[in-house]
Amino acid sequence: MTEFTPIASTLGGLLIGTASATLLLLHGRVAGISGIVGALFDPSTADRSWRVAFVAGLLATGAIAYALVPASFGDAGLTSPAGLVVAGLLVGVGTRLGGGCTSGHGVCGMSRLAPRSLTATALFMVVAIITVFITRHLVG
Amino acid sequence: MTDPNKVLAFLDIAGRWDPSLAFVMGAAILVYAPAYRWSRTRTKPAFDRAFHLPLRRDLDPPLVLGAILFGVGWGLAGFCPGPALVSAMSFRGDAVLFGAAMLTGMGLFTAWQRARTAARHRTTAPQRPGSSP
Repeated sequence: MTEFTPIASTLGGLLIGTASATLLLLHGRVAGISGIVGALFDPSTADRSWRVAFVAGLLATGAIAYALVPASFGDAGLTSPAGLVVAGLLVGVGTRLGGGCTSGHGVCGMSRLAPRSLTATALFMVVAIITVFITRHLVG
Repeated sequence: MTDPNKVLAFLDIAGRWDPSLAFVMGAAILVYAPAYRWSRTRTKPAFDRAFHLPLRRDLDPPLVLGAILFGVGWGLAGFCPGPALVSAMSFRGDAVLFGAAMLTGMGLFTAWQRARTAARHRTTAPQRPGSSP
């Protein structure tokens, strides 16, 4: 259904790795999006400015990218508003409860061979694969 | 990753599988792992007094449950937090709705977490005078 794009994917990954390494070496922080954003919801979080700056960069790039290459943005896996809300809530709650997502656990944590990240990544990968199998091959 | 179809095609191992996402994560780790190893030789990052890295190594139920919930949500919509925020800037309806729900979920979790901490403090509050020998 989608083409294998090894070069673009590798380039994208190199950028992500570079960005994460930059945050680590300059500010000593893990580039875990769910953690960076999630902590902003807690009023007791003191270190807010770097988080806001990071998110601002993320959002600004999104706007620029959409203006320049709108085709790189695609439709979500489901169309029903209720489904999107449920999926969003699951991702929001799950990443905070589990302490990370594909960037924090997947890239940063696995690079450190952190047991919590190796476990979490393996788990959310397997569960996501099962979820897709059910929705694409068992139901509907 | 701003195209959920590519993400879902990677997760769809029984269908027309697209391994591209593995190259994304692999390339990212290829850069980050050496950078992390080098950071271990430094006492502090360039612009801060110390590194702020997670130290825990134990596995606990929240980690497992959280990963499962995230996996389901990700497998349903094909969005994870970073791309969700980036895609929301396209103002496409599905991305915005997902993003809003995701932020709501994060907010709800924080509220629940704070309520639990407050409750714990109340139950360990000092006893009233004269109520114990």
